Amino acid sequence: MNVLMTGVGGQGIILASDMLSEVMMRYGCDVKKSEIHGMAQRGGSVMSHVRYSEKVASPLIPFGSCDILLSFEELETARYVAYLKENAHVIINSYRLSPPSVISGSQSYPDIIPIIRERTEKIHMVDGNAVAEEIGNPRCVNVILLGTLSTFLEPEEALWLDCIDSMFKEKIRSVNIEGFKKGRLVKVQ
Amino acid sequence: MKKMLSGNEAIARGAYEAGVSFASAYPGTPSTEVLETIAKEYPLIHAEWTPNEKVALEVAAGASYAGARTIAVMKHVGVNVAADPLMTLPYTLIRGGLVLVSADDPELFSSQNEQDNRHYARFAKIPMLEPSSSQEAKDFMIEAIRISEKYETPVMLRTTTRISHSMGVVDLGGAAEQKEPTIERHPAQWVMLPANARRRHPVIEERIRSLRAYSNTSSLNSMEMADTSIGIISSGVAYQYAREVFPEASFLKLGMPYPLPDETIRDFAAKVDELWVVEELDGFIEEQVKAMGIACHGKDRLPLCGELNPDIIRNAITGNAPESIKEHVLPGRPPSMCPGCPHRSLLWALKRSKCFIAGDIGCYTLGFLPPLDAIDTCLCMGAGINHAHGMSKVFGAGKEKIAAVIGDSTFFHSGITGLANLAYNNGAAVIVILDNRTTAMTGSQNHPGTGITIRGEQTTHLDLEQLVRALGITWVRTIDPYDVKNTRKEIREALEYKGPAVIISKAPCVLLKSRAVSGRKLYVDPDICTGCKVCIGLGCPAIEFKDEKASINDMCVGCGVCSDLCGVNAIGGEK
Repeated sequence: MNVLMTGVGGQGIILASDMLSEVMMRYGCDVKKSEIHGMAQRGGSVMSHVRYSEKVASPLIPFGSCDILLSFEELETARYVAYLKENAHVIINSYRLSPPSVISGSQSYPDIIPIIRERTEKIHMVDGNAVAEEIGNPRCVNVILLGTLSTFLEPEEALWLDCIDSMFKEKIRSVNIEGFKKGRLVKVQ
Repeated sequence: MKKMLSGNEAIARGAYEAGVSFASAYPGTPSTEVLETIAKEYPLIHAEWTPNEKVALEVAAGASYAGARTIAVMKHVGVNVAADPLMTLPYTLIRGGLVLVSADDPELFSSQNEQDNRHYARFAKIPMLEPSSSQEAKDFMIEAIRISEKYETPVMLRTTTRISHSMGVVDLGGAAEQKEPTIERHPAQWVMLPANARRRHPVIEERIRSLRAYSNTSSLNSMEMADTSIGIISSGVAYQYAREVFPEASFLKLGMPYPLPDETIRDFAAKVDELWVVEELDGFIEEQVKAMGIACHGKDRLPLCGELNPDIIRNAITGNAPESIKEHVLPGRPPSMCPGCPHRSLLWALKRSKCFIAGDIGCYTLGFLPPLDAIDTCLCMGAGINHAHGMSKVFGAGKEKIAAVIGDSTFFHSGITGLANLAYNNGAAVIVILDNRTTAMTGSQNHPGTGITIRGEQTTHLDLEQLVRALGITWVRTIDPYDVKNTRKEIREALEYKGPAVIISKAPCVLLKSRAVSGRKLYVDPDICTGCKVCIGLGCPAIEFKDEKASINDMCVGCGVCSDLCGVNAIGGEK
């Protein structure tokens, strides 16, 4: 199983992919994940590859073999469509963060849906930021999206909650659990 | 017990399990987390950030001479800085195991070049191990300590970004006992003057012969025979990519690519019909295989530049063209300095003074991007000051406006000697030290200027202004870069001064708790904004331009620089 997470540096993608990896390891799978730290993270485009099965060789997902793409930002979904399997699930946080050329007014923010439709029709929009506002913590978007992602995967909710419990400090544990549960309730087709 | 660990965390774990008691490093992507993990997880290991990699390797050598097991950790270009001790260290007697971790960066995700540090192992004549997973990163670290002590040599453990920063499941083991340090004296093996070093050189040559014999029998190098129509020699993450796309092929996996197991390679080559060497960057293994008279494919079809991936390897070996995917031109999203970053206003002001700006290595290098366009050179750590000095000297004093910018951590790493040279040779360039109180680009590490160690203990702090004066520079000003008006005035005066001038631009990194911004978002009054775009010239990700007006988004932290620049006072709110 190949899960790709994409977005912009600073959105909590690395923590989200850490949590998915931890859950799948506890579920009994061999797991590998790969991403880039350092310079690229300063507001740049980021992606994290998570792969799990009985035995995983490459930490990178080959092109055309991603089963689920979880994207934290709309434009960053379109940038990585080459990784998608035909009919892969694409979960998109309906959130736009303008890149420098859009900010300065020299380019416009593209319509991404037609680009994704060339690979798959299974597009699920989630307003993670609105849910985060609802529970009063804008930093929870990553666990909310993880909650939605978890409904596509085998492990049961209890295993996820166990992992969240052990990965967060007490002060922010309950709000993250709340975010995860809300994310699971988001209706997707 | 099993745990998900990154390659870097696994190396730290391996150091712990191997009984390492001393670890040193200078932060550098993708190597940084090795020492951070040691500092956080393994209190029995002494950990220290050193000002640069040469210091890191030399203190590790001292600890090893006392009998302690040690590691020195650095990124690939850091090994260049440590190359002076590295070339002679193998001549000396290694007592406690000493492992040099070199983390290379194919694809230059966060580096100024993509040099292949496997050549250093051959150059310095030391054994090199190369893990292909987190599990191996831990296991090979332990084996590297064992080899180091058995053969009395430094050992290089070489990773790449995709090993250091990939995570995998690792089986944890118990820790070996650390070694008690003792004083011994071995002048013939430790005092490297010509008479001694001349006698030590043959020892190295003999050692490499013994290590080659070891490489031929060691399980670090393993043959995995299957379909023999194609045989692949590979190592590191490239092995995993090749395994992914050719699960049926035969493999010779090299965990010890130097010295190469020559007999094993001959044996493997004889068993397969078509031989391939699959390796990232240079044809390091391939050239040696060919020098043995064995025909193989490799860099005739695989790229020398950039990182490999499963698709590149599949297409190279099968000869198929890559799957064509319709290209969409999307707006790029390059990394940028954070909203409220104190470097931004300083670089903006320096650019407005119309000077040539020699740059250096750090977040401020991103100031080369439009709209700031404020960095004109970037070569290596500490080079900017010397670029500016050399350039201004050939013009003569007062002929051209030439400045250099360098971060505080980079200044302690390699800038001090350059500034001493500038003072000594009566240069006239303006040097701006961007003192943001941290090593920001690599994720906020402490350094000699912060007065805090890697473990958060208070220690002496290096006073920048006193240090600069001690180097013989009398024109020194410490400024607040958020005060744009004063910053421009000081830059003007520094450029007019006929002699070396240093500006210390002092404000904490905006990612630190000690940051000097309010955190309160500013706003633009659309009725007042004239759409002049002065604020857009800052390149701040928090300022957007839509419908001929500027606006401020949620990323704003209230540094107030745009508000100061706005000629019509359209930007307000609590700073």
